[in-house]
Amino acid sequence: MGIKKSIKVALVGNPNTGKTSLFNQLTGLNQKVGNYPGITVEKKTGVLKLNEQITAEIVDLPGTYSINPTTLDEDIVLKTLVNENHEDFPDVIVVVADVENIKRNLLIFSQIKDLNIPTILVLNMSDQMRKKGITIDIEALKTELKTEIILISARKGLGIDKVKKAILNYKDLSVSSLANIKDKIDTAFFKELKESFPGNPLYKSWLLITQAENLQFISGKERKLVNSFRKDIEKINRYQHKETILRYKTINEILKKTYKLDRTQGTDLRSKLDKILTHKIWGYVIFALILFVIFQSVFDWASVPMDFIDESFASLSSWTKTVMPPGMFTDLLSEGIIPGIGGIVIFIPQIAILFLFVAILEETGYMSRVVFLMDKIMRRYGMSGKSVVPLISGTACAIPAIMAARNISGWKERLITILVTPFTTCSARLPVYAIIIALIIPQQRVLGIFSLQGLTLLSLYTLGFVSALVAGYVLHKVLKVKSRSLFVIEMPDYKLPSIKNTAITVLEKTKAFVFGAGKIILAISIILWFLASNGSSDFNNAEEIVKKETKNSDLSREEFNQQLATYKLENSYIGMMGKAIEPVIKPLGYDWKIGIALVSSFAAREVFVGTLATIYSVGDDDENNTTIKQRMAAEINPKTGGKLFNFPVGMSLLVFYAFAMQCMSTLAIVKKETNSWKWPLFQLISMGILAYIAAFATYSYLS
Amino acid sequence: MKTTIANLKVGEKGVIEDIALENIPLTLLEMGCLPGIDVELLQIAPLNDPYYIRVNGSYLAIRKETAQQITISKL
Repeated sequence: MGIKKSIKVALVGNPNTGKTSLFNQLTGLNQKVGNYPGITVEKKTGVLKLNEQITAEIVDLPGTYSINPTTLDEDIVLKTLVNENHEDFPDVIVVVADVENIKRNLLIFSQIKDLNIPTILVLNMSDQMRKKGITIDIEALKTELKTEIILISARKGLGIDKVKKAILNYKDLSVSSLANIKDKIDTAFFKELKESFPGNPLYKSWLLITQAENLQFISGKERKLVNSFRKDIEKINRYQHKETILRYKTINEILKKTYKLDRTQGTDLRSKLDKILTHKIWGYVIFALILFVIFQSVFDWASVPMDFIDESFASLSSWTKTVMPPGMFTDLLSEGIIPGIGGIVIFIPQIAILFLFVAILEETGYMSRVVFLMDKIMRRYGMSGKSVVPLISGTACAIPAIMAARNISGWKERLITILVTPFTTCSARLPVYAIIIALIIPQQRVLGIFSLQGLTLLSLYTLGFVSALVAGYVLHKVLKVKSRSLFVIEMPDYKLPSIKNTAITVLEKTKAFVFGAGKIILAISIILWFLASNGSSDFNNAEEIVKKETKNSDLSREEFNQQLATYKLENSYIGMMGKAIEPVIKPLGYDWKIGIALVSSFAAREVFVGTLATIYSVGDDDENNTTIKQRMAAEINPKTGGKLFNFPVGMSLLVFYAFAMQCMSTLAIVKKETNSWKWPLFQLISMGILAYIAAFATYSYLS
Repeated sequence: MKTTIANLKVGEKGVIEDIALENIPLTLLEMGCLPGIDVELLQIAPLNDPYYIRVNGSYLAIRKETAQQITISKL
């Protein structure tokens, strides 16, 4: 029995080369998605068993064209590969390249090779070579590139075993450099650099200099040394550009000897589809149709599982109550934890369906065309064409949407996208909208076909998008953030989406939501439960006080319980909070009970409905006969004697929920993504003020 | 006046002569958009921006402001 050993492997390559397909082939479902510490870039790792003793720990690094990063994702590649102390620093790197774009793919290979880490070059889509008229002299290329080269087809699963074998034998690989940056750019400068960092590969030292701002691990003496080389930044930038040109020169010379392309065909499908999909009219029509289909499906398909989840958790709650001995713990479980988890699970269907579509659109290559179509329009609002994905995703949930914004390379465009995404109508607003609309908008038809309630909902969605754009426009004008446009996108070939890749993406995004937002929603649900089931001394002595107060009136047991529950709620901590904010929310038309619901909405907006249900159901044993809606409709405003949820109050609430930033999980994710409390606080306050003013104006105007 | 990618018409080709290195994203060079390389303008988005080009076997979309930084001679 030998000692068990693990080889660390890093997968590197351009986007759209099938790197993730190879990762999936190597690790199967034996993979784990986490986050890099401090940021929300997904970290995909997997384990591959090479033989009885040796396993490979594979990390799928984000796709990148170069080791010089332009986005947060790409930053990870740099940080992992230039720092020997990084937990994922590899023993061997597998560079995945696509045979058709080999020249461009070899750029990152040449950079990696110069780090003097054992490197395997994998040429993917080799099954397409003949069709595309490509011939490669593999043996000659191996010699020129000083490495092992393996032809694979990740989609068809060809050549995977050879990759495994090469990983196992990584110690046989050459670690010599490829491009000679020293002599061809500035001999004296690079000689000094080499001598200043003895023991480092020269290219690594060069990266320390060029990327010093991105590499926080450089410290103390080393940082000083690095800075001494960075005095003339203009020169550094110029050398970086020269380096790239030099690398391409080397690559071109190598490919001239080893690679032949007979380009007689190939771009037919692309140009035909591009003509329609990016057409100045049809392009937008098709995009609008696709959006329509997506939203239709998100709401239609998701409603069945959502209702099922809703009912299951409700019955689980009451079942828990009946089978467990009454007490604090049972209450915590049945009124805090179970509804809390239910509040997370209920969003899974919508989020999964939405991300299924987004993943398909990205896999097929269509999303890049949308970015191309929308870029100019979105720029007017301070964003980029790439902001479309976050804004669409925001209709499911702002959390994965804001995470999707990290692909945007300009900081200002990315920041604005993050800041305005919470305006889009997320699925947590939907139940709130649904119940209020049902209360205040009559069930009638306009022009005989459109339902008035449906139109109201549609206008709330429109309001969300329009506010996001207007806010973007304002921020664009106001924000003084220095940021250069770094917009370059690749327009990939059109292809059919791979089911496996799509499924894995959907699974990951959903997991990111469940574990990202889930923890916070659950925690707040428990806190809210605690606040609602504890209170002042009046709360603790509620039974006696109510008994005393109702001594003279002839109450049935049920009526007494109801009075007791109402009294308890009023004197619980959450009731006290509701009452405390009542003077502030009164101008909007709300009473303290709505105040409680507003406070609880910070867990997640949909908690509003649940809280109102609790408020109006406490002590009500006759639950089956009256729905929340009926109970809310019956609620009387003690001052006016009229209905509490009348038209002005309802509209005011709708407007408030459209604008207010009421989601703790989103605030947490914004903090993570922008790396400061400044921006989430800015969102919370400015959106709060906006919501307040808008709701106040609505209420005053209507009443 | 210099001819840049922004002066091409859809379907026209040119050879890159000079790139205002300080004004363009390094990414673009890294994708292989370099002096001496052929470039073809495939399409311009509605509203005249961005530009969809083929260069060095890559299909890229770049903004007009970037396209204006790349001097070419028409083929």
